Amino acid sequence: MEILSPEEIVESFKAALGSSFIDSKIYQREVAVKKNLFQAIWIYVKREAFRQAVEHTCKLQEYPHLSIISSSDLGDSVGLIYHFTIYYGHHLKELSLGLCINLPKEDLKIPTITDMVPGALFTERETQEMMGVEIVGIPDNRRLFLPGDFPQGVYPWRKDEKGPHDLLRVLPGREKK
Amino acid sequence: MKDEGMTTTYTIPVGPIHPALKEPIRLDLKVDGEEIVDVDVIVGQVHRGIEWLGMNRNNPIQNIYLAERVCGICNICHPFAYIMAVEQAAGITPPERAEYIRVIIAEMERIHSHLLWAGIAAHEIGFDSVFYLVWRVREEIMDLIEYVTGNRVTKAMFQIGGVRRDITEEQFPRIRKTLAYYKSIFNQLKTVFLDDRTIRMRTKNVGILKVEDALKLLTVGPTARASGVNKDIRQDQPYAAYADLDIKAITPDMLTGTVVGDVYDRIIVRLLEVKQSIEIIECCLEEMPPGAILAEPKMAKVLNTLKTAEGEGVGRAEAPRGEVIHYVRLEAGRETLATWKIRAPTYVNLMAVPTILKGAQLADVPIVFASIDPCMSCTNRAVVVNRKTSKRASFTNEELHHLCVEKTRRLSNELAR
Repeated sequence: MEILSPEEIVESFKAALGSSFIDSKIYQREVAVKKNLFQAIWIYVKREAFRQAVEHTCKLQEYPHLSIISSSDLGDSVGLIYHFTIYYGHHLKELSLGLCINLPKEDLKIPTITDMVPGALFTERETQEMMGVEIVGIPDNRRLFLPGDFPQGVYPWRKDEKGPHDLLRVLPGREKK
Repeated sequence: MKDEGMTTTYTIPVGPIHPALKEPIRLDLKVDGEEIVDVDVIVGQVHRGIEWLGMNRNNPIQNIYLAERVCGICNICHPFAYIMAVEQAAGITPPERAEYIRVIIAEMERIHSHLLWAGIAAHEIGFDSVFYLVWRVREEIMDLIEYVTGNRVTKAMFQIGGVRRDITEEQFPRIRKTLAYYKSIFNQLKTVFLDDRTIRMRTKNVGILKVEDALKLLTVGPTARASGVNKDIRQDQPYAAYADLDIKAITPDMLTGTVVGDVYDRIIVRLLEVKQSIEIIECCLEEMPPGAILAEPKMAKVLNTLKTAEGEGVGRAEAPRGEVIHYVRLEAGRETLATWKIRAPTYVNLMAVPTILKGAQLADVPIVFASIDPCMSCTNRAVVVNRKTSKRASFTNEELHHLCVEKTRRLSNELAR
């Protein structure tokens, strides 16, 4: 396996995704006394090319490690970041690779990647129940953490009207915020 | 009489509360006789809403204390990953000395956690004398942690931009004394765990996780390394003082020459990691640079910086159980974090449980399940109690208190009659 530099990785994504590549960001920081580099890459892609981007990640590293999917309520849209790491097993060479996708709130859908990364199932299930993003083609559609009697259509991580505000417990002697 | 050609499978629910499991989780085991054919893992029983609190109630500095309470055992690696994420988001660089102190504390945590696990593993197979022995041995490191940080469990050492307490020259002899103690008994521990016939019988070729499965299911930490995955953040993407040290991920073939990926291999990895941690602490004590321990000692100023900062950061730390990752997003003008996502190692390691348990015997479930060193409180976060629609009642404090008072009244009424 050839180890590319962060700049080369960004270029390879540009070449693979064409016009679906939106932007990229390279983060570098010197650490501790010896000033070795700590590096991370963020790649912003259009939703249509999302699976293509994951396929490309699998080309850079056989079995890329997906740490977690983070999701942010950005007002009109939901920002998903797939936190991958590649080049593990090599001293100082591992890179964090965040694949960022923006989904408009009126169409919160993203295809599953469990066929390429089977271990993504838990985090996809969590994203679905907590943020209300529909994972199209998910092999196990059940909830993960939320209990079965939790109301449908309420998503704890949302900051809009679909958030859990009505469910909050008001302590005795306090008023509802 | 057994009917040939007809097999019946039964589903046995184990948990959420079960004597064989130390923390609440439910395993639905489909069994055919004694053999396990399928497993379903059901989590969420101790969901506490920590991320939600960090995004809605607490400010980023108060969140350090929340992060510390994600897990009782990993109360260093969670704040470690959290502050690294915040520092990255806000562009704060901690002083070099603080980076070394962080690593020393994190390695102390690894020693105590691996010894705690070794005791539990011995207890699971019914070898309680070893359990008592190991936990007695573990007390030494707990005493040292208390000596250095002032507390045995939640140590409150981390601060955004550094650490809260220094480790001074006067403390070095006491630290070295404990390390010397562990070095002196290491071979004894190794004999007990690796050469004992009972332990070998119960752990060899049991609960095997193949390397491809470990990679596909994103397994992390000692569970992955025992399957031969060369993966350790301290080696791959070193943070803090680990970047100065040349750390090698420990795999079982270092000792035995082969990788099986069974429970026995997981014991080897954890045991060798205790030794590695001792060496890391010694190295850090020697090379610790002088200087300040906080980039900005005035917390009000830090809070102000964080309030106006805009950005995102990812902190990854190698916890005793594997990779901990915290993602943080800051929005200018917002008092709390805009996004906070925590992922503890057990979260991904649980996905390997069905693979590990399939084909195992029912009696092996406790030790095999314990061999991934599961930590439920880390994995489960976020609960929202709904009293209006909830039929399977979740009781609030007040309701329980009310019930309790009612019962007292009822009983005293009965007595009076």
